[in-house]
Order: sequence, then structure tokens, then C-alpha cells
Amino acid sequence: MGDLQELYQDLIIEHGKAPRNMGPLPQSTHEAEGFNPLCGDEVTVRLFVADGVIREAKFEGVGCAISTASASLLTEMVKGKSPAEALALSKSFRERITSEQASDAVDIGPLEALVGVREYPMRVKCATLAWHALREALENAVERAGNDG
Amino acid sequence: MSGFSESYLHDLREQFPVLNQTVRGRELVYLDNAATTQKSWAVLREMQRYYQHDNANVNRSAHTLSHRTTEAFELTRSKLAKWIGANRPEEVVFTKGCTEAINLVASSWGAANLGPGDEILLTTMEHHANIVPWQLIACNTGAIVRPIPINPSGEVDLEAFSSMLSTKVKMVGVVHISNSLGTRNPVEFMISEAHRVGARVLVDGAQGLAHERPDVQAWDVDFYTMSAHKAYGPTGVGALYGKYDLLSQMPPYQGGGDMIRKVSFEGSTYQEPPHRFEAGTPNMAGVIGWGSALDFLSGLEWDLVHAHEDDLVEYAIEQLDRVPGVRVVGRAAQRKAVVSFVIDRVHPHDIGTILDQQGIAIRTGHHCCMPLMKHLGLPGTARASFAIYNVRAEVDRLVQGLDRVLELFG
Ligand SMILES: Cc1ncc(COP(=O)(O)O)c(C=O)c1O
Repeated sequence: MGDLQELYQDLIIEHGKAPRNMGPLPQSTHEAEGFNPLCGDEVTVRLFVADGVIREAKFEGVGCAISTASASLLTEMVKGKSPAEALALSKSFRERITSEQASDAVDIGPLEALVGVREYPMRVKCATLAWHALREALENAVERAGNDG
Repeated sequence: MSGFSESYLHDLREQFPVLNQTVRGRELVYLDNAATTQKSWAVLREMQRYYQHDNANVNRSAHTLSHRTTEAFELTRSKLAKWIGANRPEEVVFTKGCTEAINLVASSWGAANLGPGDEILLTTMEHHANIVPWQLIACNTGAIVRPIPINPSGEVDLEAFSSMLSTKVKMVGVVHISNSLGTRNPVEFMISEAHRVGARVLVDGAQGLAHERPDVQAWDVDFYTMSAHKAYGPTGVGALYGKYDLLSQMPPYQGGGDMIRKVSFEGSTYQEPPHRFEAGTPNMAGVIGWGSALDFLSGLEWDLVHAHEDDLVEYAIEQLDRVPGVRVVGRAAQRKAVVSFVIDRVHPHDIGTILDQQGIAIRTGHHCCMPLMKHLGLPGTARASFAIYNVRAEVDRLVQGLDRVLELFG
């Protein structure tokens, strides 16, 4: 049963049970919802960006341990990053958990704990749900800014 | 008390080759039969035999193979009509599944019979397949879809149902056996109530066919819909039963070959039912394979099937009730084949993965019943669903598997 421990690492169980930064963010400047039609799970990611830095990140929604832990880690990790840095992290993470070949040269920090889902293709969407929402929140905003300019 | 002897069950399991395998190092425990049942050697062989010896198009050519195919195809229609108690084989329309059968009724019958302000009543526990087609036709016709409430045990609130009935109600949709709660609905009573106000009734028999022999004439049901794959038959084929008088007044569902009498650019005329509703080349191998599955059903000793399957459900509930933190969802007095449950603070998805890791296949999620899940206030459930070949030892494996869930998340 070593495999299960690989998937449900202590960090995942812990974040799954007691997620960080879960709740509303009234002053948010960016938000997007991720929805997994397969299981009905939804997660909303909200960001407060000022002076080119993500100052605050929160999420809300119901999900499994994997998607909750992933969203929780996301909110912790993107704080203090620029939107471009956050998007780059999101991209590296998604590459790592979908492909064996992906280079592990890029440091994805504690997200390493989620790489075990690679062995469970049905669960990859759970791990990436919040990250899709993050990307959408940031990319939509970039577009909006573009239009305004 | 189980209805089958051990040796009978052993032989029965031997007929279903999929069951004989290991998954992730453990003997497979397949408890996802409400999603799809396994296929017997007889069904697999019949489909292979058909492709090896008879393969030709139905109803089209003068040659021998086409004739054989047509005969075998129509034989399944007769078998199915007989099995469900239809008045005549022409009341059975082949479709690609239960979903298509419901869509057929909603769009064809609905377009001809629904107008602004007309009401379609659907129970809160319907599968999306018996909700969305009605929403689509409601949108086009100005009809209104109204949910029939259920009680906390997961049974239709019959008083509320009766009070909703009026001459505005044109259609009542009810699932025969709920795929998420296991409730066996009182379809006989609901049909007679609905008929008193002149409404038609569609019973979604997706989960019904494997676990009970329907009797469409005794019930006096207007439409009954089925999927072969949920009753030991092949995928990609199903059927609509409809009273002949209703079918004969319904406009075509799809246009194409085989459904017409005469085609000209000035206009076309259509065949009588069932062919009017079977445009294009059908799933011949599927229909013919389904014939074998129907032979299997009709060869069973049904008192024993009920005793065996009811025993599995009762045993599963009894065992699950003993596991701390586990709560069975749905406590209907009349139930069949399906047991849904949740575990405090554990998402159903995680339960599903941890069981899979131990070779146990169940379904987790909303089971295509989002309105029901919303009503229950749950993101989803874990669902064990049984078929005739399951045994008590598999329930034990499920319960042991849950210990592992509690260990990780407890
Ligand atoms: C109650 C119920 N209705 C309808 C359907 C749809 O059946 P199919 O997908 O075979 O068309 C299902 C299948 O999950 C079901 O369980």
C-alpha cells in the first residue's frame, strides 16, 4: 500500500483537513471559478493584486483532499509573486503532474507532494482545478487591462 | 438469506469473464453495476458470431445475410417486448440507450403535445437524462418543469405529488429505481394518479431492467426507457417502449433511411412505428447481442434473484452502519441494488481512489443527479451498486477497504 502514501502524503492530508486561506476576499481584484463537470467540484480563486504583486490570495469551494490541498498550497505560494511568476509556477506544476518527462529542474516547492497524482489520471483534474482558475483569473485580467489601454 | 447456493453463484461468476482478474494486486471487486454491468460469454460470443457469419444491413437487401440479420434483429425486439409485457413488438423502438429514448419522447411527443403553461413533473431524484431533455423541450414550447419533492428517506412525497397534479400537467417523469439512492419508486401508484388528470407518464427504467421484470401493460405506463448495458447487454443500444397509439401519433424524431415510406423533394411520408423512429443503420450487433442478455434474464429464477440481491443490499447497509463515521444516504423502505454513503469529513473522490487502490470499483460523485445532491446538501456520495453476480464476501472487502480510508483521514 506504499502507493497510497505516495498519493496521500501527510502534507496533502494536513492541508486537505485544514486548508489555509479559505474564505471570501471582498477587496479582490481578480477572480475565477474552476469547475470539474466530472465530479461537480468547484473552487473559486480570488486575488488582490497591487503594484504588480499578488498581495492576498483566497479560495472557496468544496472538493476532495487533493483539490483542497492544491488550492490551499496555491494561495500560500502565489502570495508575494508577480502575476507572471505565478503563471510560470502554474505552468511548471501542470507539466510536472501530467507528464513523466517534465523536467524536475524547476523548483515547485511543496507542490512536489502532489506529483503522486500522475499515477492516477482520473485525479489529475482535481490537483489542477485551482491552478486553472488562477490562470483564468490572471489572464482575463491581463486582457481586460489590454482593452482598457 | 441469500437466494442462490454457493455453487450456483460460482458458476454464475464464471460466465462473466471480466470478474476473473486482479486490479492493483487484489482480486477485483466490481461494485459499479449501476454505471454498467459486465457482459457474459454468451453475449460476447453472440456478437462475435453475428460479425463472423451474418453481418449485413437490416431491412435493405434481398440477399441471405441481410435476411438473417433482419430476423435476428427483429427477434430481439420480440424478446424484449415479451419480457417487459408489451402488447406487441412494434411498441419497442431501438435507440442507442436510455438517454436517447427519453430524448426521443421529449422532442417528438413533447413537440406535438406541449404548449405554453403546460407542466412536466419530475421527481427530485431524476437522473440528468430525465431532466435535461424536458428542459430543452420546455424551452421550445413554453411548458414548465416542476420538481416533485422527496422525503428525508429518499422517497417521493406522494401527498405533494398528488397535490401537484392538475389538468395542466401533461407529463410525469419518474425513475423506476434510483441510480443514486436505490429507491424503488411506487411507479404503479404514480401512473394511476397521473392518468386521473390525463397526464402521460414516462418511467426511466435504466436501473430497472436488471433488477426487476417490468410489466408495462399491468402498470399501464405510457413510456418506459432502457439501456441494454445496464442489464448485462452490450453498450450503445437501448430501447423505448411506448403504447402503440401514442407512438403512431408522434412525429419522426430523426430523419433518414429506413424511417420513410416515400421520399420526394415535395415532401416525404413516414413508416409506422417502430421504424418511423429508427432512422439510419442501427446498432445491429448490439441489438443481437442484447437478445442473449434477454435470454439470460428470462432464464433466471426471479424469486431467487430478488432474495439474493436484496440480501446483498441489506447486508451492505448493516455492515456500513457499523463503521464509525459512515452514513448511508437514502433509507427508502422499497429499494434495490444501490447503496450510497458518505464519510464524515472525507470527500467521496478520496474514498473512490483509496478503494480502487485495493481493487474495489465503486462510483463516487453526483451520479448525474446534481439537483438531488443539492437537495441533500452533499457534494456527492460514494455508491456501491450490485448485480446478480456479486457476493457477500465482496461487501466485506468494501467494508475492510473503508478501514483504510478512516486510517488515512481519521
Ligand atoms: C436512472 C438513470 N437514467 C438514465 C441513465 C442514462 O443511461 P444511458 O447513459 O445508458 O443512456 C442512467 C445511467 O446512468 C441512469 O442511471
